[in-house]
Amino acid sequence: MKILVPVKRVLDYNVKPRVKADGTGVDLANVKMSMNPFDEIGVEEAIRLKEKGVATEIIAVSVGPAKAQETLRTALAMGADRAILVQTDDAVEPLGVAKILKAIADAEQPGLVILGKQAIDDDNNQTGQMLAALTGWAQGTFASAVNVEGDHVSVTREVDGGLETVKLKLPAIVTTDLRLNEPRYASLPNIMKAKSKPLDTKSPADYGVDTSPRVKTVKVSEPPVRSAGVKVADVDELVAKLKAMGVHS
Amino acid sequence: MKTLVWVEHDGSAVKDATLAAVTAASKLGEVHLLVAGQGVDGVAKAAAQIAGVGKVHVADNAAFGHNLPENIAPLVAELMGSHDAFVAPATTTGKNIAPRVAALLDVMQISEILSVEDPKTFTRPIYAGNAIATVESSDAKLVLTVRGTAFEKAATSGGSGAVEAVSAGGDAGISSFVGAEIAKSERPELTSAKIIVSGGRALGSSEKYQEVIVPLADKLGAALGASRAAVDAGYVPNDYQVGQTGKIVAPEVYFAIGISGAIQHLAGMKDSKTIVAINKDEDAPIFQVADLGLVADLFNVVPELTAKI
Repeated sequence: MKILVPVKRVLDYNVKPRVKADGTGVDLANVKMSMNPFDEIGVEEAIRLKEKGVATEIIAVSVGPAKAQETLRTALAMGADRAILVQTDDAVEPLGVAKILKAIADAEQPGLVILGKQAIDDDNNQTGQMLAALTGWAQGTFASAVNVEGDHVSVTREVDGGLETVKLKLPAIVTTDLRLNEPRYASLPNIMKAKSKPLDTKSPADYGVDTSPRVKTVKVSEPPVRSAGVKVADVDELVAKLKAMGVHS
Repeated sequence: MKTLVWVEHDGSAVKDATLAAVTAASKLGEVHLLVAGQGVDGVAKAAAQIAGVGKVHVADNAAFGHNLPENIAPLVAELMGSHDAFVAPATTTGKNIAPRVAALLDVMQISEILSVEDPKTFTRPIYAGNAIATVESSDAKLVLTVRGTAFEKAATSGGSGAVEAVSAGGDAGISSFVGAEIAKSERPELTSAKIIVSGGRALGSSEKYQEVIVPLADKLGAALGASRAAVDAGYVPNDYQVGQTGKIVAPEVYFAIGISGAIQHLAGMKDSKTIVAINKDEDAPIFQVADLGLVADLFNVVPELTAKI
């Protein structure tokens, strides 16, 4: 079966986001951009399923600017077979992305779509679930284990308080959580090889999807700053201060 | 505006996160609740007592027993024919169901709201809480998830909602529940605890976590937490994790012990009322947010603290 892996280009997770002075967003000029870490886990999981002989072809998809090509090349270097860039300079919301992915799923007929549970920029945590609704497929979100068994996939999910396992009919949607796997680094030969793997460029209009935003960002501001308090000299002083606040056994 | 709030429950009691969602919904208009599950009469009765609730829709069906979104989302979408906003707590269950509902209704969800500015405008954290966005919806109906620590909990008594059975929906036949491993504990749940004692990588081992952190938590009746580094190192299970990729908490008092204070950890606990940090590195970023800081070797001072408090 084919596996579709959507990937998003985001501010690198090691870079501290800076809110723009005019309050229109976070400054993305001249900062390092990378593949969303949860999506990287999705690519890795697809590759492992291919190595196990479960998957036959891995198609990486990104909806974003021309530079998202770099993100797709990373997915190809890790081991995806081909890529589709749905190019747009507009910020596309999860609902719009899900509609584009639905159209691609209709055309490609994958057995699984593996997405990151959320992108670390907008932190929406929506696209996978929305795609599941639009396709009418089952969803296994926040996955920490994925096992394909015949025409079903069993997904262990990280839920509040522990783990839960569900069995889903294929085709299905999986969204990744952190402990699903540890993504590999692409080797230099594979990075070179990735340059010649096929990458198609499309537009949202090619899929008949209207991506105009439903939600307007009025402003983006710094979170309230917490200031440092006092340092105490020893445990006795700490205990005294805690007791004064009513904290004791 | 008529709102429909998803009631998260364990089959017998309403979970706390629901109460914050009720408070958020009450800022929009009339509050209706949805209790779905199997054998949920008791939950429905408890839900009807929540202050300010107008009506409780009860969908009692085996297909709703394990919160499978494939079965629940169509039920909610149908009920949304007569409601204007669907409001769910931003728990793993709420996050699983709400976007599926939103897509069925063809609306954009607004995730993890921190405040209701007006009935179309909300604030929400982006970039792991490093920025706060004020956003305005233009959709005809709203789908919201609510960050539990950002709203007061509605009172669990004083309400007199009318309970009404819903017959809609059933098993979509594409998913089934296999099993769950939920940690059983006498301790308060992390997300609703008044005091949390968290340990970080400086502990060095699972044994030291048990030896140093657990007794302090026991003495204070506190929940146990950990940094991602401590979880990744295998000192404690994953559900202990506080941070951007774990639980978002805001207790009265948060003890960060041997935790340096990575951005991703701060994102999960910086709304705590009082933060107490113990770390031997005086330059650790945790001290920049701590109300009370003690620069010392945790292996010496935490047992002393446990003895003296």
